[in-house]
Amino acid sequence: MRTITFEQVASAVEELCIKANTNIGADVTAALEKAKATEESPLGKSILGHILDNNEIARNELVPICQDTGMAVVFVTIGQDVHVDGGLTDAINEGVRRGYEKGYLRKSVVKDPLERVNTGDNTPAVIHYDIVPGDKLHIMVAPKGFGSENMSQLKMFKPADGVEAVKKFVIEAVEKAGPNPCPPIVVGVGIGGTMEKCAFLAKKALLRHIGHRNEKAHLAALEEELLEKINNLGIGPQGLGGRTTALTVNIESYPTHIAGLPCAVNINCHVARHTEIEL
Amino acid sequence: MNAVRLTTPLTQEALRKLKAGDTVFISGTIYTGRDAAHKRMVEALDRGEDLPFNVKDATIYFVGPCPAKPGQVIGSAGPTSSYRMDSYSPRLIEKGLTGMIGKGLRNADVVNAMKEHGAVYFVAIGGAGALMARSIKASKVIAYDDLGTEAVRELIVEDFPVIVCIDAEGNNLYEQGRAQYQRAGA
Repeated sequence: MRTITFEQVASAVEELCIKANTNIGADVTAALEKAKATEESPLGKSILGHILDNNEIARNELVPICQDTGMAVVFVTIGQDVHVDGGLTDAINEGVRRGYEKGYLRKSVVKDPLERVNTGDNTPAVIHYDIVPGDKLHIMVAPKGFGSENMSQLKMFKPADGVEAVKKFVIEAVEKAGPNPCPPIVVGVGIGGTMEKCAFLAKKALLRHIGHRNEKAHLAALEEELLEKINNLGIGPQGLGGRTTALTVNIESYPTHIAGLPCAVNINCHVARHTEIEL
Repeated sequence: MNAVRLTTPLTQEALRKLKAGDTVFISGTIYTGRDAAHKRMVEALDRGEDLPFNVKDATIYFVGPCPAKPGQVIGSAGPTSSYRMDSYSPRLIEKGLTGMIGKGLRNADVVNAMKEHGAVYFVAIGGAGALMARSIKASKVIAYDDLGTEAVRELIVEDFPVIVCIDAEGNNLYEQGRAQYQRAGA
């Protein structure tokens, strides 16, 4: 049994929160640059340029890319031979607390969804655990803004509805969201599992590096098809018209029940943040 | 599509010249407010109380900024989704509000109130809060301090860059822009 201390976890999460919110991934930058080069709308092209400038300022000055520094969504893969001294969940929340304070990040979490009093430290995080063989601890922090989160959708289709229903549902979700989720967006689609598994898959799909396709050929083809169709909507950068509505579409799937075809769409804005560490 | 510089307060006369698609650089005083502050402001109006600022020809920026780092006036401060203020905005427009800065769709009630009272809906670039903060020269909380980032702030801005999304006649850049770039096969 390998022991990792509370402090190791807390300080790692602290750093990940600050890094994710100030330093956009190279894959997002490359996708934005490519979009800027090909965008047909002059206004859209100019907006993409401003977004790239903004990300550069954030990186150089260590300030948040976006004022919505999100709810901290944390994906943990823990080897079953790891013991965390002092409690893993508490250590992660301590890291979020410190990171959001030290990084001058916005505290955007309310304690109760109906009473709506701010917790003041951006905790608690939403934490997903996966237990695997081994003695490593992998932590990914993906701060999630709610301009895009609010545009998410989930539907339980019948098997007879098939792939055409899935396509229509994804495209309509993006069309209905329009300018609200700050396009260009990243579209995460979950297909299969149960209701909550499917929502989780859609979220997980947002973590994949832009440019990587699903390993299954039929899903990779579906990702490409949906991306083309979504970009034909004309929504464009910030919804003001253009050819770049989505930077990518990522699909994750899971086996499901003979009676079901669950489908979830989770949308990310162009500030598609996630950063990770292995302890 | 023009580029125009305007100084607050934004009068109906100045705003009626703007067309959807125009770029505007706003200088002067604007006020911040988002979900919780709008709720309180409308509740104040319901009780017959005054708003925290003079709303006549005023501009509200839908934003909840990040905390300022040492040496900064304000932290990152880009627009938040405007539709969440749709149920409150018509009340403020009736009281004299002429400018709103945000991002995303507005409903028919807001657009009708805008047309009736000569107000304009501007959009700023969502997710570019670090860049936008550079046009903010001063920031002071003037009401609802307990709301933290959602408090009402008075901002002094200089050439704050926005785009006219819905003009006082109800022309909508979201609709016009999309129609221009939509292709078959969606």
